[in-house]
Amino acid sequence: MIVTTTKGEMDDSLLEKREGSLDNDNESTTWVEYWLDGELVHRSVHISLKKNVSSVAEAASFN
Amino acid sequence: MANTQAMTTSFMGELMTATHNFGTAPVRATGATDTFKGALYLDSATVNASTTAYSSTNEVTGTNYVAGGVTVTFGTPPTATNSSATAGVAFVTPSASITYTNVTLTTAFDAVLIYNSTQSNKAVSVHTFGSQTVTAGTFTLTMPSNTTTTALIRLATT
Repeated sequence: MIVTTTKGEMDDSLLEKREGSLDNDNESTTWVEYWLDGELVHRSVHISLKKNVSSVAEAASFN
Repeated sequence: MANTQAMTTSFMGELMTATHNFGTAPVRATGATDTFKGALYLDSATVNASTTAYSSTNEVTGTNYVAGGVTVTFGTPPTATNSSATAGVAFVTPSASITYTNVTLTTAFDAVLIYNSTQSNKAVSVHTFGSQTVTAGTFTLTMPSNTTTTALIRLATT
C-alpha cells in the first residue's frame, strides 16, 4: 500500500507502522503512524465525536 | 383538557432556521442554507461558550491547512421532536464527516469551532477532543448520530 509521507509517497513495506486508540465518554479515536528510521513520516487521526453540545430552553412563568 | 406552560418545540426548531426575529435581523440574500465551516484550534487557545466569531488567533497552521478550516455540510435540516406537553428537542448534525486531507499540523490541537461563514463568521459551537497532531496525513471528525439524544447540536426543554 502506498502511504503519503513527509518524504513523498512510499510503500508501507518500507515503513514501521504503529497504531493506537482511545475511547472515552467524549470520543472514540484511532490513529496510525508510519516511521522511517526513527522519524515520524505519517500520522493520521480519526475521531468519532460522542458528546453533543446542548442548551436548555425555558418559558418563564408570571409571578 | 388543560393548558401547559411551555416553550414550543416548533419554536426551537425554527430558531435553527432563522424563522423568528426579536431584534435586528441579518440581511439575507436568499433563503438558502448558510455555509458553515470548521476551524481547528491549538491546545493553547481559549475558544469556548464566550466565543462570538471565528478568529485566526491560535488557530492551527500547517501544510495544506487553509486558515478558516473546511466546509461543514448540513445536508439534513434541523428536526424538532416533541416528547411531552412541556418537553421537546430541536437538533441538527452535520451530514458528513469534517475532514482535513493531507495536512501536517505539528503543534498540538484539541478543538474545532463550527461557525457560520455566511453570517460574518459568527460562532455556533465548540467541540473538544484529546490533543492531536497530524503528519502528512488526514484528520477526520466523524459525527454522532442525528437523533434527539445524540445529535451534535441540541436545543431542549425539559
